[in-house]
Amino acid sequence: MAFRTGISRRMMIRSGFGLRSMSSWWGSVEPAAKDPILGVTEAFLADPSPDKVNVGVGAYRDDNGKPVVLECVREAERRIAGKLNMEYLPMGGSVNMVEETLKLAYGENSEFIKDKRIAAVQALSGTGACRLFADFQKRFRPDSQIYIPVPTWANHHNIWRDAQVPQRTFHYYHPETKGLDFASLMDDVKNAPNGSFFLLHACAHNPTGVDPSEEQWKEISYQFKVKGHFAFFDMAYQGFASGDPERDAKSIKIFLEDGHLIGIAQSYAKNMGLYGQRVGCLSLLCEDEKQAVAVKSQLQQIARPMYSNPPVQGALIVSTILGDPELKKLWLKEVKVMADRIIGMRTALRENLEKLGSPLSWEHITNQIGMFCYSGLTPEQVDRMTNEFHIYMTRNGRISMAGITTGNVSYLANAIHEVSKSA
Amino acid sequence: MDPNHTISASATSGSDFGGSVFDHVVQAPEDPILGVTVAYNKDPSPVKLNLGVGAYRTEEGKPLVLNVVRRAEQLLVNDRSRVKEYLPIVGLAEFNKLSAKLMFGADSPAIQVKRVTTVQCLSGTGSLRVGAEFLARHHHQRTIYIPQPTWGNHGKIFTLAGLSVKTYRYYDPATRGLNFQGLLEDLSLAPSGAIVLLHACAHNPTGVDPTLQQWEQIRQLIRLKGLLPFFDSAYQGFASGSLDADAQSVRMFVADGGECLAAQSYAKNMGLYGERVGALSIVCKTADVASRVESQVKLVIRPMFSNPPIHGASIVAIILKNRDMYNEWTVELKAMADRIISMRQQLFDALRARGTPGDWNHILKQIGMFTFTGLNTAQVAFMTKEYHVYMTSDGRISMAGLSSKTVPHLADAIHAAVTRAI
Repeated sequence: MAFRTGISRRMMIRSGFGLRSMSSWWGSVEPAAKDPILGVTEAFLADPSPDKVNVGVGAYRDDNGKPVVLECVREAERRIAGKLNMEYLPMGGSVNMVEETLKLAYGENSEFIKDKRIAAVQALSGTGACRLFADFQKRFRPDSQIYIPVPTWANHHNIWRDAQVPQRTFHYYHPETKGLDFASLMDDVKNAPNGSFFLLHACAHNPTGVDPSEEQWKEISYQFKVKGHFAFFDMAYQGFASGDPERDAKSIKIFLEDGHLIGIAQSYAKNMGLYGQRVGCLSLLCEDEKQAVAVKSQLQQIARPMYSNPPVQGALIVSTILGDPELKKLWLKEVKVMADRIIGMRTALRENLEKLGSPLSWEHITNQIGMFCYSGLTPEQVDRMTNEFHIYMTRNGRISMAGITTGNVSYLANAIHEVSKSA
Repeated sequence: MDPNHTISASATSGSDFGGSVFDHVVQAPEDPILGVTVAYNKDPSPVKLNLGVGAYRTEEGKPLVLNVVRRAEQLLVNDRSRVKEYLPIVGLAEFNKLSAKLMFGADSPAIQVKRVTTVQCLSGTGSLRVGAEFLARHHHQRTIYIPQPTWGNHGKIFTLAGLSVKTYRYYDPATRGLNFQGLLEDLSLAPSGAIVLLHACAHNPTGVDPTLQQWEQIRQLIRLKGLLPFFDSAYQGFASGSLDADAQSVRMFVADGGECLAAQSYAKNMGLYGERVGALSIVCKTADVASRVESQVKLVIRPMFSNPPIHGASIVAIILKNRDMYNEWTVELKAMADRIISMRQQLFDALRARGTPGDWNHILKQIGMFTFTGLNTAQVAFMTKEYHVYMTSDGRISMAGLSSKTVPHLADAIHAAVTRAI
């Protein structure tokens, strides 16, 4: 390619232009560590074994192990295609989608929605909602920290770290009982300085599947009031956990009834199967409408230099479904099918293990709820699962129930039994 | 629960045992660009004209979805084998490959030797932000020079990413053209390694672009001083009507073997505005560096949005990889660019016909979506109040918002503003 400029290429080379920077600016950039969760799927795909099972990543699969696009989503897309004009959404996203989303979390007839007390913006799924909140927290409560449960979804740590909000942890999972370490959790809540910020999983805790009972939530809420703590709920599995969205939002309802001004990150990745569309919502309950307007405007100021405004099509799918009674009914049915299949697989896995005569207790498989089961397998046992049985899971022993089918559940049970029977 | 410590039902959580933890948050000011549309929407006048935000409009004043985009949409919705699984962190692989080819040329040697890493991001904004975050973490020089003036959101993006922002002279109000001397002077004073933001074509808001000769001089200076170019390419194909011509500036900097960044947006040239489709390319010295750089860029993306949205990128990939659709796209793109160029001519002619004082040649010389009229804030306010013409207070008008029917009204407004208002 010759430039029609006054400067010949030969002259360029002679004067050293283009050759002056001999080395890269980024020659010393270290290769980053691979994402632990996504690396599991990569390894699974590379395995040629016909028996291989992927219980790593948390995306729903049907009983044939196939990804699912909900019928209500397909129908919504059919209605939208050809009609959408693709103009920019406002910085706060689709107003319709946000309105419908708030109803799911705060209640269909929520007084807070009527009184316009909720500052809410469309976000890039759950990750984006958490990140907006973390950045907002840093900007407006710069001296605050975030208390994060142990364990939690690994990316939570990344999000608040990148937002430069210091992190502390609180006890959550009890390895011995494979349930909730309620006593230590409450101790941590009591010992945290007054007015601390806590990250709570609204339902279907990721990665353990261990949720507080209703009574326990009430006690947590009470103690939060005593201490004046702020509760931020990450709700990524509403409807997906029990099959009933209202039931899955119980923890939030309890806190609202107790008068807390909470924050919520909502995601449609799992419960509407919209994973790659990146649809979610961040909301903050405020004292009054004026404050909600102010807070929303500030959230938009954080979104604008990050991505300007959120993607339109996924939001339109959500508002089409939730705004149409027939489609909404269909969605609720389909969500229950997914939740029921997972609950069915929990039962089947536990029964298989008990039938094999395992000396260990597998109660926790059916006690835990949602996409994941914290099996209790050690990293070494997990390695054996992979190396001997071609079963892929994260090394913390987390099993994605969605990857289990009637076709592979006995194979999986057998493998777990083999690696754990002499534990 | 201790009955002596009852909490009243109306108490709310907060560090002061009452009130919100965000009680002190004040309302943010309206975004200057988006605020124009807000004001326009409130105006009941039947002759109102929105020349604020830079989104293309047809002769009828309607938003446009390209035919080729509609076709791609139909293919997607009819394909039941398509799923909505998470994309990889770096986005849709096919989309990334095709975007790099579009930006750097189909037979770009840099792509062939794999020294370019391309990741899908949320349109131009998202690509700039991710690139800037990467630089703030891994580049030894954390200062970025942006042209004066530039798109209003640039400064905030870079500041929040952790870079410190300085400016270089760009627009010359006296000539309504490029202050080339000032540009060269300011960049030659930049410290080695400093990042320089360059608009690849159709500078926003001024519409003033360097000539190819000037680009070559800029390139030499940047390489001589060891500065790092970061291109914002939001109008490829939309400026001149030719995808290759509008990418010349960027390709010059790749052809010399050096490093640079490029943020690509499909908002305007494919009309995909609200779908948020874009790509960040980092052109590195070697493939080895590019691979390590990509791994670090993933660490920026994961805690921001995990992985990018699938829909818009799928549309782009279908169009770019299908020969017929690609060709159809170039035709539709040229039509949009041509309509804008014709609006420029019509406005210029209308002002000449009215004998409006001043030199209005810049309307023809400037390129892309916008014209920097040279009108001052008082004149702009006058035009809004008396003629219901909405534009940003810096005198920028979106040519895409004009039509043959509305050019006379705008010309009247400008004429009045220049002859009456101070």
